[in-house]
Amino acid sequence: MEYVISVLLSGISVGGQYALIAIGYTLVYGILRLINFAHGDVFMVAGLLGIYLTATLPISISLPLVIVLTVALGFTIERAAYKPLREAPRMSVMISAIGVSYLLQNTATYVTGGQPMTYPTIPFLSDTVNVAGTQTKWVVLITPVLVLILVIALTQLINKTKVGMAMRAVSKDFETSRLMGIKIHSVISVTFIIGSALAAVGSVLFFTNYPAVTPTVGSMPGLKAFVAAVFGGIGSIPGAVLGAFLIGICETIIKGLPSSWDVSVFSDAFTFALLIVILAFKPQGLFGEAATDKV
Amino acid sequence: MSEEILQIRDLEISYGGIDAVRGISFNVNAGEIVTLIGANGAGKSSTLRAVSGLIKPKAGTVTFCGEDITGKDPNAIVSKGLMMVPEGRRIFPNLTVLENLKIGAYLRDDDLEQDIEMVYGYFPRLKERSWQEGGTLSGGEQQMLAVGRALMGRPKLLMMDEPSLGLAPIVVQGIFEIINRIHEAGTTVLLIEQNANMALHVADRAYVLENGKIAAEGTGRELLADEKVKAAYLGT
Repeated sequence: MEYVISVLLSGISVGGQYALIAIGYTLVYGILRLINFAHGDVFMVAGLLGIYLTATLPISISLPLVIVLTVALGFTIERAAYKPLREAPRMSVMISAIGVSYLLQNTATYVTGGQPMTYPTIPFLSDTVNVAGTQTKWVVLITPVLVLILVIALTQLINKTKVGMAMRAVSKDFETSRLMGIKIHSVISVTFIIGSALAAVGSVLFFTNYPAVTPTVGSMPGLKAFVAAVFGGIGSIPGAVLGAFLIGICETIIKGLPSSWDVSVFSDAFTFALLIVILAFKPQGLFGEAATDKV
Repeated sequence: MSEEILQIRDLEISYGGIDAVRGISFNVNAGEIVTLIGANGAGKSSTLRAVSGLIKPKAGTVTFCGEDITGKDPNAIVSKGLMMVPEGRRIFPNLTVLENLKIGAYLRDDDLEQDIEMVYGYFPRLKERSWQEGGTLSGGEQQMLAVGRALMGRPKLLMMDEPSLGLAPIVVQGIFEIINRIHEAGTTVLLIEQNANMALHVADRAYVLENGKIAAEGTGRELLADEKVKAAYLGT
């Protein structure tokens, strides 16, 4: 029983961390119809920033600074690599995104020398706590709560504010949005800023429970978050969050099965297989719109 | 002589080497309804798109309220009081009716209540549906919403691109009545239409566009009586 609780707790926590990355994919897709391949690597850079900044600055300064710098990175990537290709075919933007992804990975290799870097112990987050008889870290408990708060705040922003209304308008129709006086490039920047900020928060939570940051460490969580976004119906925020929790819980359960079964090494394969089965029945994802290509 | 609100001089527009508009000049005076009529491909829509800033003209100038706005961004042009009702209505299907109206006033920070009531006054149907998503409206209702949305920007000049396109004749009638009322309330209108008969009846003045050039101009009544216009556009 205690074992089941600890597996579930950790699944929810991992899922929450994927959710924070998945929102970045789904927001950007919703507005640009672009799979931002560099997003997982932005997450990795946030991890490295966390290591370097906490080494020299107190936590109270370094963690907010991680978020600010990750946002600056996301903003710059959009302006430098995607904005100039606004009128280009979507495939070109995608290739630009792949290029940015490798640029970030290679730069990380150059800076770290390719050595795995140990993430610092963040006080409180890494402290242990007793839940229903099992020992766990605070981060495991805090993650789902924090994700919930951030997701509610984000949906309020999108549904209740003027900039949120502009985001929804731009996601449907660039040209008409411009005719309303909306500066579409600014609105697009806002989506990158939100996505990067959430990825930065996710990186702190994720790496606190992860052995090391390497230049390619963003690929797998990035891929899973992307899959979560597709599973939930890409473009939909609740869908991405739900998908992320499902993936997190699934893979933790598979990893937690008795070691004599010898299946834990297949946890990723099983998770993806499960998604393929679900998507076969619901190709649009959980909350996806019927396929309407942008005009 | 009333004040010129919009002045187009020697406007040329081309797409990938094909000339859509080949040096046209016209003007709209404050308080008028001016219409551009012409066949499909005559350059009407291109002209409006250049005026609103969606495309950059190859040559020529666009002056709005005495200011050169040629090639400026739509954002800057909207902020000066020029709103457009785009061809095909283009309401935001995922926004509610009320949000569609609010977004028409995106650049304004003042109270919108009065303007929303004004639009609901023109189109009571929209008020009944204010919480519905725009995409659930009928074609005629969407056209009302597109017009209402543009009015929310308190335009000095309202440009309409084919408001009658794809609508049932009875609905078209209603739209033109509203155009008249909006005009009587003091808004200047530049109207583009393939439905020349309707357009010439509401217009103070009209220009006929043929192959990217102005082929005829005059008051609505003059053009309605013009033999060539009758033969080519009115089918009488």
